[in-house]
Amino acid sequence: MIECIDLTKYFGDFLAVDHINLMVDKGEVLALLGPNGAGKTTTVRMMTSILQPSSGTARLAGYDVVTEPEKVRAHVGVLTEQHGLYERMKGMEYLEFFGRVYHLSAEECRKRALDLMERFGLTDALDKRLGEYSKGMKQKLALVRAMLHNPPVLLLDEPTSAMDPLSAKQVRDAIIELQKGQRTFLITTHNLTEAQLLADRIAIIRHGRIIANGTFNELVQQFVGQPMMELRINGQLNGLGRELSDIVTVQSAGINWLRYQVEDAQVTNPLVLRRLLTLGVEVVTLSPVTQTLEDVYLQVVKEDETNGN
Amino acid sequence: MATDTASQLDNRWKTLRITLSNAWIVTQREVRDSFRDWRIVAPIIILTFLFPFLAQFLATEFQEFVEGYGADLIGERTIPFLLMVVGFFPISISLVIALETFVGEKERRSLEPLLSTPLTNTELYIGKTLAAMIPPLIASFGGMTVYLGSLLFSELAWRPPAMLIVQIILLTAVQALVMVTGAVVVSSQTNSTRAANLLASFIIIPMALIIQGESVIMFLAPDADSPFGIGALWAIILGMFIVAVLFLRVGNSIFNREELLASTVSQLNLRGTLGKIKRYILAVDDTGTPAKNILDWYRRAIPYSLYQIATPLKVTTGVFIFAFMVGFFVSFTPQWHLQLPSQEELVEVANRDAKQFISYAIETRSLSFMFIFMQNSRVLLATLLLSIFSFGVMALVIPPITLALLGYITGTVLSAGYNPMVLVAGILTHGIIEIPVILLSAAVSLAVGAVVTRPPKGSTVGHAWTVMLGTTLKLIIGVVIPGLILAGLIESFVTPRLVLSILGI
Repeated sequence: MIECIDLTKYFGDFLAVDHINLMVDKGEVLALLGPNGAGKTTTVRMMTSILQPSSGTARLAGYDVVTEPEKVRAHVGVLTEQHGLYERMKGMEYLEFFGRVYHLSAEECRKRALDLMERFGLTDALDKRLGEYSKGMKQKLALVRAMLHNPPVLLLDEPTSAMDPLSAKQVRDAIIELQKGQRTFLITTHNLTEAQLLADRIAIIRHGRIIANGTFNELVQQFVGQPMMELRINGQLNGLGRELSDIVTVQSAGINWLRYQVEDAQVTNPLVLRRLLTLGVEVVTLSPVTQTLEDVYLQVVKEDETNGN
Repeated sequence: MATDTASQLDNRWKTLRITLSNAWIVTQREVRDSFRDWRIVAPIIILTFLFPFLAQFLATEFQEFVEGYGADLIGERTIPFLLMVVGFFPISISLVIALETFVGEKERRSLEPLLSTPLTNTELYIGKTLAAMIPPLIASFGGMTVYLGSLLFSELAWRPPAMLIVQIILLTAVQALVMVTGAVVVSSQTNSTRAANLLASFIIIPMALIIQGESVIMFLAPDADSPFGIGALWAIILGMFIVAVLFLRVGNSIFNREELLASTVSQLNLRGTLGKIKRYILAVDDTGTPAKNILDWYRRAIPYSLYQIATPLKVTTGVFIFAFMVGFFVSFTPQWHLQLPSQEELVEVANRDAKQFISYAIETRSLSFMFIFMQNSRVLLATLLLSIFSFGVMALVIPPITLALLGYITGTVLSAGYNPMVLVAGILTHGIIEIPVILLSAAVSLAVGAVVTRPPKGSTVGHAWTVMLGTTLKLIIGVVIPGLILAGLIESFVTPRLVLSILGI
């Protein structure tokens, strides 16, 4: 559904996007993460044929961004960084205008608009001027606009950035529901928790290059390494690490806890527990340390920096 | 074949209909938005419904006043002048709306959702241009109707000539178009409404001068009462229409997604720009590959640049030939025909006054190399600069005058029965170098001026202009200047001797 092949963009002599290759299948959600100025927005703009690639190309919903820009834009819904709402218009008027631009019939447009407004809890604001909308409401309306023509591909730039937790959940639920309906999403965000919750795959972009791309587990495996276990005991460790050194390598430790990495928890943990039982150590908890996307992200960026980029 | 042409026309018509229909969606929204803005509505109401009555009152009072001094004509001509003023005031708002819709949206970054839709750049541009014009034109035509209506019922009971009303309506419409399209060009140079308002002086000042000119014409034109309208006003309408078309083309190339979103940095980078121009002066191709040495530059870079300006060269050649022919044929028309003395008489006069002529030439240095070179350079430099500001138009106006003069001289000399070799010696000796050099210089001036109206596909206006300026300077440095030096030397040292020897002096 989304395919970028060596997508590159120069602004004068400045290389903003450097030979990006991405593939997002139908019904998949890809989160594109990266620091400010990494090239996320430029990539999205090229995907929507707003900016022409300097070289390479992309295909969205089967259409080429270079040769079929209007078709690409007709089949893609975009939530832009700036929502660009017309403050003097009313909610419904605004959606009707975009409905006409996408050549929806008046009836179809109204029906879709009402459905989406209801889904995002905006029904009461239909006849309000957009200038009176709160920041979160504006963002939701912009999202409704992006979904109005029922596009098979949605490119969302920070979809929940200005929203309260309840609204953000509404948006996430909507994305999950639409994904079930085989919509394809590319989401750029700084909210790593949200990316972890929503994305099937995650790509990290830095200095215009994709420096990591895969499922969360793949990225954890690749960048953070094997799963980490945390053992907490009753009392102090008193050289317990040495006693376990033939089974595991302790990575870090405190007064009454230690952490070790395991290749296969099912094999290693029973051995550890048996040894602790033999030693008469009272175990309080033995649990996996949850790896977050933040750990992965920071590690990826750190490694990229170490590589001199 | 005929079916193919018919189907092509049909397709074009369909595309045009779709373009206009999509543009109209944008226009409707923007017009509706404008009519919700009190800053636009209030002046429109005042200028449509109140100002015409004030103008009518002024007209009545002024006419009575000047009649007291027997200047009835001035009073009478004030009435159509005020009609023009009533029409012009509201359209000045179009500039404000245009700056607001184009720069304001850019400033607020609210354009991007619209750019993400399937609307084409042209549809957006037409839609917004119409939207900036419609409310002010409604106010303008409304104001003129109110003014004319009030005149009909006033004691003046003035009946305007129908053609004058047509002219004023056309002037108003074309002025609005020039201001709006000019505003798009201005707005492309900035990202803030404040800066755009400052740059709008480039539109307001010339427009104010034109209005003053129109006023003078309306008062003084000898054909003011002609049923065909005032000739000078027709010329202004035509001239402004051409300017509007050029602005439209420039605006259409500037108003594209790439330009709108890429040029978010309005910081002046003079060093970078100069570096880029230098790069394209030295370049042997479009990508900026530098020439290895001067020989390589002449062998590859110059021919490549000549190839790049092939179309302007063809156009300029056509215009030059046309100008020469016009000059040639004009020389035979009775009212322009110049009676020269016979060749024998000329030789006699030349022999008699040779000393005086030579001392005059020495005194004024009119035949010195420096004089000739500087004169030619000055004209070509002026052409280049004026072309840059006139989208290339002046390149097809100034240099062809020389060709028209040459045609005129040729016709006059031949009709006087002179030895044709005089012409060959007097013109072609240096002209064989000078004329192609002038032609080339005019062609590059046309190219660098016109490139902004249609940059190559995939290139921004700024980039295309920088590349073309590099090409222009390359050809000027590599061909035009050496050519002018050579032609100047020949004209100064060889041509006079040859002419004199042919005339037997």
